[in-house]
Amino acid sequence: MKKHKGSEKMYNEKVMDHFENPRNMGKMDDATVFVEVGSPECGDTTTMYLKIKDDIIVDVSFQTLGCAAAIASSSMATEMIKGKTLEEAWRLTDGEVASELGGLPEPKIHCSVMAEESIHQAINTYRRENGLEPW
Amino acid sequence: MTQSEQTNRRVVYMDHAATTPTNPEVYKAILPFYSEQFGNPSSLYFLGKESKNAVTRAREQTAVALGCLPEEVYFTAGGTEADNWALKGTAFSMRGKGRHIITTAIEHHAILHTCEFLETCGFEVTYLPVDETGMVAPEDVEEAIRDDTILISVMMANNEVGTIQPVEKIGTIAREHDVLFHTDAVQAIGSVPIDFSSFPADMLSISAHKFYGPKGVGALIIRNGCTIENFVHGGGQEGGMRAGTENLPGIVGLGVAIERITRDIPDHNQQITNMRNHLYERIAETVPDVRLNGHPTSRLPGNLNLSFYGVEGEAMQLMLSRKGICVSTGSACTSGTEGTSHVLTACGTDPVWARGTLRFSLGDANSEDDVEYTVGCLSEITERLRKISPLYQ
Repeated sequence: MKKHKGSEKMYNEKVMDHFENPRNMGKMDDATVFVEVGSPECGDTTTMYLKIKDDIIVDVSFQTLGCAAAIASSSMATEMIKGKTLEEAWRLTDGEVASELGGLPEPKIHCSVMAEESIHQAINTYRRENGLEPW
Repeated sequence: MTQSEQTNRRVVYMDHAATTPTNPEVYKAILPFYSEQFGNPSSLYFLGKESKNAVTRAREQTAVALGCLPEEVYFTAGGTEADNWALKGTAFSMRGKGRHIITTAIEHHAILHTCEFLETCGFEVTYLPVDETGMVAPEDVEEAIRDDTILISVMMANNEVGTIQPVEKIGTIAREHDVLFHTDAVQAIGSVPIDFSSFPADMLSISAHKFYGPKGVGALIIRNGCTIENFVHGGGQEGGMRAGTENLPGIVGLGVAIERITRDIPDHNQQITNMRNHLYERIAETVPDVRLNGHPTSRLPGNLNLSFYGVEGEAMQLMLSRKGICVSTGSACTSGTEGTSHVLTACGTDPVWARGTLRFSLGDANSEDDVEYTVGCLSEITERLRKISPLYQ
């Protein structure tokens, strides 16, 4: 037997803004590294492009197939890592992305995980390509 | 087209399969039963008598609309309750005879989740597959029948993809094998003409809010002679089968609504079908990479279920909602939860296409004007989301 979960919050305006006007969206021709990450949980797909100079992310872009939470999380995550060092970017958590967005509805929390995952994969791909141990 | 009071913006309601706006004629008929005509139908004085007459009249209206006898109409708190009753009531009364139930993989959750519950009570359920158009094969039904089969339950029309099922044939097969047949006709009322007197079903579920009546009221039509277990025990209401003081305003509303919606089914169907076809043609002209789900011809007049490649249905739904357009990503009950629709999965729809699925269900709230506005918004939104999508080049 199940009990009802209570009210489910709709997306806040900040999430809606990043969903409707995603930042850093699109492909990047001169990216240093590119990854495609799929979520096994819901089938969302994100591609992330990083342009790296002296261990600093000088530019970043993404494309996402997913719900509003997935798109908004990718958008926010790219904003948060732009101009940061690889180490700083690595430390970004999905929880921080979600809270920077002002929170996500409970069933949508998993959608923000993909943003963190794609940053990690992109950084490790870059490290491997440069003969470094992945983090 | 209506105006939303809150925002004073344009509202295009294309989700009639989820619920319909209460018709003004229905609303007007209900009102007195929320005020001066409040008597309990079971009371013997004049106030009660008036209420009892209103229930009787609604029962007669329902009987005329569906071609059944008034005493075969049992009012419930909606379609879900009617489905629950048909399944559990049969299971309980027939458990001495057998414990096997046949249904389909594309039923509403009111059926599927009830079947899953019955499985935990020692019943066995066969979930029949459908073809890529969402159609059940009567031969599959016949093959699934066993000596211990007590009930077959197949919906008249699917709520998501709109496919109208061969229920007459299935019902005839059930009769030949002496097995009870129930059909969930919740989506079909007002679109599929029903004459229960000659229809080979023992039970049929309906829900008023799907045909411009109020929410929270429906009925299970139970053929005379078909003895299933009572559903709610208490007083003598609904022949003692479904006790509890009657939902008087709801029942009155159901009666008026079903009389109204069955008045001219062919004309109404033609009008809605034309609008639906026009919407489909315009979308197909304007938006690339779109597929129709469900059956091309054997489908509900108002139903248009489309998949848009490379985008997410929920994202489209949300952007359309910002433009005042209300559509569904599947069935309203499953919207907001993850996972592909069980109906599209049963139809074998490719998961990438399935996730970009929207259901438009047209009805009385729509005009040709809505069609053009929706096509315009849809074209803009798909383009925007496809630019964001890594799967669409």
